[in-house]
Amino acid sequence: MREILTGYWGKYKNSLFITPVFVLLESVVTLALPTLMSNIVDIGVAGGDRAYIIRCGLLMTLLALVSMASGFVSTWHAARAANGFGSNLRVAMFHHIQEFSFGDIDRFSTASLVTRTTSDVRQLQNAVQMMMRTFIQAPFQLIVAVVIVVTYSWKLALIYLIAIPVLFLGIISIMRLVDRLFTLVQQKLDAMNADIQENLIAIRVVKAFVRQRYEREKFRKANDELTHANLRAVGVIIAMGPLATIILNAVTLCLYWFGGRMVATGEIQSGQLLAVISYLTQIMMSVMMFSMVLMQYTRSRACGKRIAEVLDTEPDIRSKPDAAAHPIARDRGSVVFENVSFKYSKTGTGEEVLRDLSFSVAPGETVAIVGGTGSGKSSLVNLIPRFYDATEGRILVDGTDVRDYRIEDLRSGVGMVLQNNILFTGTIRENILWGKEDATDEEIIQALKNAQAWDFVSEMPDGLDTQIHQGGTNVSGGQKQRLCIARAMLKHPAILILDDSTSAVDSDTESRIRESFKRELKDTTVFIIAQRISSVVSADKILVLDNGRIESMGTHEELMQTSPIYRDIYTSQVKEALSDG
Amino acid sequence: MAEKRRSIWAQLKERIAVDSVDVNDESIYKNIARGPGPGGGRDFRKPKDTKGTLLRILGYAGKNKGMFVLILVMMLISTGCSLVASYFLKPLIDDYIVPLITQPEKDYSALAVQLLILTGIYLASALASYFTSRACMNLAQWSTNALRRDLFSALQELPITYFDAHPHGELMSRFTNDADNVQMALEQGLVQFISGIITFVGTVVLMLLLSWKLFIITAVTIALSFILVRGVGKYSRILFKKQQSSLGIMNGNIEEMLDGLKVVKAFSYEERAKKTFGELNDEYRENSIFAMFLGSAIFPTMNAVMNICYAVTAVLGGFMTLAGRFTIGSLGVYLNYIRQVTMPINMMSNQAINLFSAIAGAERIFAVIDHDPELDEGAVDLVTVNHGKDGTLTETEKGERTGFWAWKLPREDGGFEFREVQGSVRLQDVHFSYVPEKPVLKGVTVWAKPGQKIAFVGSTGAGKTTITNLINRFYEIDSGTILFDGIDVKDIKKSALRRSLGMVLQDTNLFTGTVMENIRYGKLDATDEECIAAAKAANAHGFITRLPDGYDTMITGNGQNLSQGQRQLLAIARTAVARHPVMILDEATSSIDTRTEKLIDRGMDTLMEGKTVFVIAHRLSTVRNASAIVVIEHGEIVERGSHDELLEQQGRYYMLYTGQSELD
Repeated sequence: MREILTGYWGKYKNSLFITPVFVLLESVVTLALPTLMSNIVDIGVAGGDRAYIIRCGLLMTLLALVSMASGFVSTWHAARAANGFGSNLRVAMFHHIQEFSFGDIDRFSTASLVTRTTSDVRQLQNAVQMMMRTFIQAPFQLIVAVVIVVTYSWKLALIYLIAIPVLFLGIISIMRLVDRLFTLVQQKLDAMNADIQENLIAIRVVKAFVRQRYEREKFRKANDELTHANLRAVGVIIAMGPLATIILNAVTLCLYWFGGRMVATGEIQSGQLLAVISYLTQIMMSVMMFSMVLMQYTRSRACGKRIAEVLDTEPDIRSKPDAAAHPIARDRGSVVFENVSFKYSKTGTGEEVLRDLSFSVAPGETVAIVGGTGSGKSSLVNLIPRFYDATEGRILVDGTDVRDYRIEDLRSGVGMVLQNNILFTGTIRENILWGKEDATDEEIIQALKNAQAWDFVSEMPDGLDTQIHQGGTNVSGGQKQRLCIARAMLKHPAILILDDSTSAVDSDTESRIRESFKRELKDTTVFIIAQRISSVVSADKILVLDNGRIESMGTHEELMQTSPIYRDIYTSQVKEALSDG
Repeated sequence: MAEKRRSIWAQLKERIAVDSVDVNDESIYKNIARGPGPGGGRDFRKPKDTKGTLLRILGYAGKNKGMFVLILVMMLISTGCSLVASYFLKPLIDDYIVPLITQPEKDYSALAVQLLILTGIYLASALASYFTSRACMNLAQWSTNALRRDLFSALQELPITYFDAHPHGELMSRFTNDADNVQMALEQGLVQFISGIITFVGTVVLMLLLSWKLFIITAVTIALSFILVRGVGKYSRILFKKQQSSLGIMNGNIEEMLDGLKVVKAFSYEERAKKTFGELNDEYRENSIFAMFLGSAIFPTMNAVMNICYAVTAVLGGFMTLAGRFTIGSLGVYLNYIRQVTMPINMMSNQAINLFSAIAGAERIFAVIDHDPELDEGAVDLVTVNHGKDGTLTETEKGERTGFWAWKLPREDGGFEFREVQGSVRLQDVHFSYVPEKPVLKGVTVWAKPGQKIAFVGSTGAGKTTITNLINRFYEIDSGTILFDGIDVKDIKKSALRRSLGMVLQDTNLFTGTVMENIRYGKLDATDEECIAAAKAANAHGFITRLPDGYDTMITGNGQNLSQGQRQLLAIARTAVARHPVMILDEATSSIDTRTEKLIDRGMDTLMEGKTVFVIAHRLSTVRNASAIVVIEHGEIVERGSHDELLEQQGRYYMLYTGQSELD
């Protein structure tokens, strides 16, 4: 937490120091006014000195103007410092997360990374902003006000010295209780929101099963639980105001009683009593502000911790510092696996997903990988662009260990169409340009044609300039997959990996895409993972994975002879049907 | 410094003037709504019908009118008491303390009595204010509770088209942002607003009583404060809106880039992503600095105005006291009132914004509640029946399940006629389009006789799923008829129609809860044994027993802890448990590998026995043994027949089919 609070001010550091200085200046005025006022009463009015009264009045006006000016300066710098801090922290996090490996991403989960970068940073920023003003101002005002009161009468000051800790401790302990109660509220709120979200996502299921009444009942429970939790938490909070007022009022009564007697005996003057009463509100406000900000600080510590977790994570995959530039030429995409084993959690007992794999692929070959769900197909291809590092053994691309590449060289040589593919907000053109930043429209259109996507893109009203909505919700699953393939093809990589990326494309279109691979990406090594047997039969090599091991490898004909699993898959999809037909 | 300061002002002016955000530009608010985390809450959309909406909210709150009046009275007591208490300073000093100075024998009893009275006033004020908050809290919490419940209920009845047109995030923000704003307004806003007005008016009256001459100065100050708050408020809202919109855009970018981080890495897009984010972040920071500055600059300004007023009043009041036309106590009280009188102005202006934003939120909630529910004018119900010895059908008692279903048709004479559910589904010349002018289905005619398995095949987007969505009336057909056992589906109650159809949808959505509960969703009163039997039939029993807690394993986040294939198996089991007379399987097995699918098929065969079944599948091996295969292209039926017949025709089906075996 301390590192976060000190490390991200950058060029806004001056604002961090300027703010409290001017905040103090501002509060000096607030403190001076009651004293000046009491002087007017006690010296000016009592002594009949009109000139003195006017002098005091002018001084008060001047101070008011000074206070306004300092107020502007401190407000400006507070805004600058807080936002600068938040902005720097966000950049640091965003940049750091960009370095994360797939393993790091899996560990944190995307949703949690988003919350940490957005709302956690904002909460910390808000806390910082309040702290900047209050942490110095409140104690200062408090001390000065108490000192002034002491100079009038230490006996009256004694009343404050008892009241302040009572108020302070009272607020802190109530807030503690409130915090605990609000954790419960948050849980109930999350539960209710999860309920709603689930219901919205599954509204078709709800309607298909005619479960509206059941869902309503479920929601009523969650909704009522939230309300009850809220009533308990808010119930405590609303008691805080009247309680603080009662303490304040008790102090006022004491001041009237003891102060009044002191005025009567001439120990203090009536103007001074007025001033002491004026300071009362200020002192109590300072105490309240200070305790609130203290609570806010403790709350934001949780956010700070979550942010620090991200920033302190050493990305587990990085280029070696001495790695030389080594771009992979288009026709040199050979891939060799040597005794590769892999498991997702490096520490601990996690199960091995891949076990002792060895095989080699020559440049330009097409390799298909088949196997049941969970057999390790995706894990295998994710190792090639070093999205994960093998636990044992090594992987060579173009004869060099992938760990010896600069990561950007390796990944520009490998094109990947992921299983969960994503398009980004922006036009279709902008999305395809991800593959090659400086591609011309002709190149883009060619890539779209190759991916069998140009037909529907050209039919769209804005063609290449059609806007893709966030998450690509305005194109169908099959269209999305073809756009993603086009994006990867535009890259013209040495190695192209398709991870189950044509599942929503019909077999006809898919076979045309495969033809264009053969035609356009002659030198490229292609890895295909697919459920459909038609996607794999024409591959140069077919790898059959079973439970993380290579069960067998060879061409379609060979495997039909040697691999029972492959034969089974083939039979279930094609052969049996044909013999029936 | 002067140079820099001027440039800040120049920038500020620029920011306010240039492309001031169009208040009616809805897209801004979309971004605001999308931005996660705090700050997405407040917006400045003006409500359309302020009065009507406000009355309707109060209708939720005001089931108990007496409570309203009581709250109002309590609020008057608490604010009045604190006003009186603050006035007490004057008599205390002037009449009870100052005279004591000259008394030789000090008698404090009068002062003590006064202080006791004051104690009473203080206590009354505190108690009344506590009561007000407590009552408002209850009111606010329970009315929001009711509001959310009504909203949720209304949502359940909206047609699917509504959900197509409104993203989940938008509907969620009805529950989160909008309902929260209403709650906040009821809990604090209204009270603070009303008590602000009372305090303001009361203070002004007391000031006038003390000295109308001094009040002239105060009046000028108050007027100035009003102008300042209004003027600055207007500009700071513009800036605040800009800030919110850039925050929404930035958060959207973060969300998208982190969601797609794996793609970013696959394309080595990191540096470009950093650059874009950097720009958005800078933009937001600058907007936020200026918004925050202008938003808080009002405070030093108001303070200065008030302090100057304070100084002037102190001087003039001093003179008046000197002249004997004012007392020290009055001066002290009056000066305190100066601090007090400007405070409500700023507060009320803030609360007014909150109130308006709550009303606007409530208006959006009511818009959902008032939206037309799904059309359902059907009268035919689905009931379980007993076969009488003479072949007549009689409706069973509530809850009794015989396994025999019948349609209960109202007769013109007011009685009912029962017709046994057989499962004949007939589509005649059905036309349909999601958007006008873009037909999705063009004259589709299909007749599924009882017990037949009809398979729909065709390329993506050909309209296969659409057909099933029309049978269960998720969507309304444009023309043509769909007959179920000879009854037009439009005449069947929607709930009855859907209860007769077992659907396994393309997207398998599971619910938070145990595996058992998820299966039971298909038939709420199913016993554990029935659920397990269904799971066995769907071939899900094997993997379920291997889960850490078997059937009691919790499913969270739409089944993230299961593989896609396992989710589909559960979805099949969920449908299987209900034993519907007609089944619709839409890509139910797409993510299940073919070997497992064969195993399911066996289970499914027993499930489907004697039932009419509609199947949609990409994989032709899945549809091979259907009684009839219907090939759809571009919304039209291009071929139909059995597997063998279609292969012989060597048409579209043959092409699709042999596409799978092009090796031969």
